[in-house]
Amino acid sequence: MRTISDHILDILENSVRAGATLIEVIITENKFNDLYCVKIRDNGCGMTKETAEKALEPFFTTRTTRKVGLGLPLLRQNAEQAGGSLEISSEPGKGTLVSATFGLSHIDRPSLGDMAGTFLISVIGHDDIEIRYEHQTDAGSFSFSSSELKEALGDVPLNRGEIREAIRELIMNNLDLIHASK
Amino acid sequence: MNKITSLADLKKIKDQVQSRIKLRENSDSAETLVQIKVGMATCGIASGAKETMNFLIEETEHQAIDAVITQTGCMGFCYAEPTVEVTIPGKEPVIFGHVDKTKAREIIDRYIIKGELVDGIIPVAFRTIDE
Repeated sequence: MRTISDHILDILENSVRAGATLIEVIITENKFNDLYCVKIRDNGCGMTKETAEKALEPFFTTRTTRKVGLGLPLLRQNAEQAGGSLEISSEPGKGTLVSATFGLSHIDRPSLGDMAGTFLISVIGHDDIEIRYEHQTDAGSFSFSSSELKEALGDVPLNRGEIREAIRELIMNNLDLIHASK
Repeated sequence: MNKITSLADLKKIKDQVQSRIKLRENSDSAETLVQIKVGMATCGIASGAKETMNFLIEETEHQAIDAVITQTGCMGFCYAEPTVEVTIPGKEPVIFGHVDKTKAREIIDRYIIKGELVDGIIPVAFRTIDE
């Protein structure tokens, strides 16, 4: 996993498999505290406290087949290498919140990467799930959601080339406007 | 063109696009669509599944192939990521491994369009150690 947006896509997919109908991604950058926080919250099936603790161990998974389970440990490793940490809070039947913090100016903080691509792929691939993305910096914030996009587009499909490019541009331009870190 | 910075700007683009396209009828009929699933678990993402999926979306549109492209979890072939399952209407699903952009193009050009078999198929009989 080379970028934060790759990690986000991975955690988003966990949320999808947990049966979530609403997934929120909130990125907060704070220069004063030198923090880069990524929160992914879902309303999926959730986990017990015990399972949530084990989820940070490599090769732990609740899947009964094809056991791998490296997504969260890799995110934790990247967060800790960049002077941060990873926390999970979860409640069975209510959902899960994954919070990763990184040192904003830390040399080992992965770049955000292709966040527009992560958002687009998630929205295109999971038509029935509401996905919200919010990004806050000291210069401002922006947010939008899959339902807002769909409302704006009407019956024009999201996966049309011009539309994909327009959404990509919309995200990139807004990230530039709030001086989001690369 | 002005910068796109709001949903209102996006709506303008949508209006331009809408005037040019004729929306497909019965576009949700799964029987008539090529179904493509991209393995998008940790192993897939780390191996470039996002780029593969983007390419598949772009290329199927470019070649006017009626396809629905979604992501799926780990298919158990982590050694061969990115993996892609392709189901052509009326045929059994086929899983391809190591699908980078070059392989994705080959799958579209030769398997989906011409119906030819291409290298890189993961045999149905394959089982992981745990199974």
